[in-house]
Amino acid sequence: MSEPIIKIENVNKWFGDFQVLKDINLDVSAKQKIVVCGPSGSGKSTLIRCINRLEEHQKGTIIVDGTELSENTKNIEQVRAEVGMVFQQFNLFPHLSILDNCTLAPIWVKKMPKKDAQELAMKQLEQVQIADQANKFPGQLSGGQQQRSAIARALCMQPKIMLFDEPTSALDPEMIKEVLDAMVNLAKGGMTMIVVTHEMGFAKEVADEVIFMDEGMIVEKAETKEFFANPKSDRTKLFLSQIL
Amino acid sequence: MNSLNFLKSNKQNFYYFLYLGLFLFSISIIDVAINAFLKINITSFLPGILGIFLPLILGFVGLNFIRTEYSGIKSLDIINKNINTNNFNAILTLLIIFAIIKATPPSLSWMIFDANISGDTKEACTGTGACWTYVKVWFRRFMYGMYPNDLHWRINLAFILVIALGFFGFFLKDNLKKYLALYYVIIYPIIAFLVIYYLISGGAFGLVWVETGAWGGLSLTFIVSFFCLIFCFPLGMVLALGRRSNLPMIRYISIGYIEFWRGVPLITVLFMSSVMFPMFLPEDFFMDKLVRVIIAITLFEGAYCAEVIRGGLQALPRGQYDAAKSLGMGYWKMHIFVILPQALKLVIPGICNTFLALVKDTPLIFVVGLAELAGMLALAKTNPKWLGFAMEGYIFAAIIFWIICYAMSKYSYNLEAKYKTER
Repeated sequence: MSEPIIKIENVNKWFGDFQVLKDINLDVSAKQKIVVCGPSGSGKSTLIRCINRLEEHQKGTIIVDGTELSENTKNIEQVRAEVGMVFQQFNLFPHLSILDNCTLAPIWVKKMPKKDAQELAMKQLEQVQIADQANKFPGQLSGGQQQRSAIARALCMQPKIMLFDEPTSALDPEMIKEVLDAMVNLAKGGMTMIVVTHEMGFAKEVADEVIFMDEGMIVEKAETKEFFANPKSDRTKLFLSQIL
Repeated sequence: MNSLNFLKSNKQNFYYFLYLGLFLFSISIIDVAINAFLKINITSFLPGILGIFLPLILGFVGLNFIRTEYSGIKSLDIINKNINTNNFNAILTLLIIFAIIKATPPSLSWMIFDANISGDTKEACTGTGACWTYVKVWFRRFMYGMYPNDLHWRINLAFILVIALGFFGFFLKDNLKKYLALYYVIIYPIIAFLVIYYLISGGAFGLVWVETGAWGGLSLTFIVSFFCLIFCFPLGMVLALGRRSNLPMIRYISIGYIEFWRGVPLITVLFMSSVMFPMFLPEDFFMDKLVRVIIAITLFEGAYCAEVIRGGLQALPRGQYDAAKSLGMGYWKMHIFVILPQALKLVIPGICNTFLALVKDTPLIFVVGLAELAGMLALAKTNPKWLGFAMEGYIFAAIIFWIICYAMSKYSYNLEAKYKTER
């Protein structure tokens, strides 16, 4: 296995007195797809938010593509430009059209010429099959369309890693499929992905490894088939029996 | 048995009740109107107290008759729903209508029919009504203050230039649009200041120097409001961001600033600016009184703006910050492109509120001897040749202030509609 693109070592994090992450160790190599699951409040969202430092970890080290995350603002911005993120609540910018949502960061962060940025954005929007909505505003789209636009927006920064924070949890059941399809396509394209989700079907289809978290700890980490076929810990078995 | 139900309409006799009700209602209105406008009392044959209450009784019965739920006539339903829901509201409605009718003839005759506008001395005002001659004679003073009469063109020209420069931004080409904020926040105020300084103040280019003490009237209202508005907004923005900063130093300075300026009355600030402030300055350093006043009001209103803008910043969901950060935007890019455009849109009504208050606070500069519109009125009404016309002057000023403020609030509604987006 090559040098890991994300290296998480002994990471601890507290919200006040409450410890959300306890001694997390995780290596992710390039092009690997990892699904993180677990009950709510287990720290899975916090973990992936630490990877692009939307949350600060207090102990341990996180190294993303050779850059260590620390107080250094320049490092943080560099990492964020390489790590795309998709949120549960889409978080599109409501005052900008879909196309402008996608071109904003490439133009101003990567200093890409406007024309190139627009071409790139249209390409990405086509990938998620939403190019015909490019000039609409987020408020005019359905939840599924918004989430696909959000994926395209993240991809426009041409990231090496994509983080998904429960991307389908706020969607109607009918729309979940279209978003998952877009994510499966992305996975097939060879993107490094860390996905927090409860969609076990998706996990079985694309994940290389599944991580089960509970109470801030990684309880189980296994190859996908292994994870579903014979989970080791009792906690995982209980969780799987309830969710499947 | 239906025919015995006199007091409430039903489907069969609905139109009888409607017409009878409208007839009685009109009679009551006509009675009051004739009484007020023509001074004829058509109910004088009735015994005393009944004559006074007759219109009220007739109108009340009339409104009672036309009160029907879901009549099917749209305008009737609207009336019933809004002013005629029950007996109490019906009486209130009638009393208000009567009061308006009663008040119309005297105010009209004072303002128009018995008023005077001809002539140019106090003696021309012979009528019992308003003396608009006073406003006419003093009009230039109300507009330009003590500024020399033959130089008024300089003020007019300066205003036209400043307004034209303000519109200039709308005609910028698309590829220059990104500098628009820069233009309005920095370049425009500087140009406007230079235009106003050199044209109105003079002292260069062969123009006679006119000291700021001579400026006044409505033009001074405009100058003070204009500079305070365009400076206090960016100041408020910086303070609002500062108050939410992660750096404790900046945060505490912002909080301290805001709480200090919100805690002192504007009138004391103005006093300080003109009386105390020069004492702290080196002797050879001179700062014009008007400039000091503008700075004082700007600093003062900036604190209010800051709190209004902070409200908008706090109304944005945290996800917007997360999304901007996750795309690699730094603090300034995030605020300029994502946060502020949305937050400022949310606070348009609040900012408009602050700005209206600012315009209406400008008369306070009278305490330091600068006489804008309301100040000029105060001076004019004590002029021995024109004693006793304060009322006309204040009504004139009220109308002008109302026009300015109404235009501003209309503009803010337009902005709101223009930048409305669905979430």
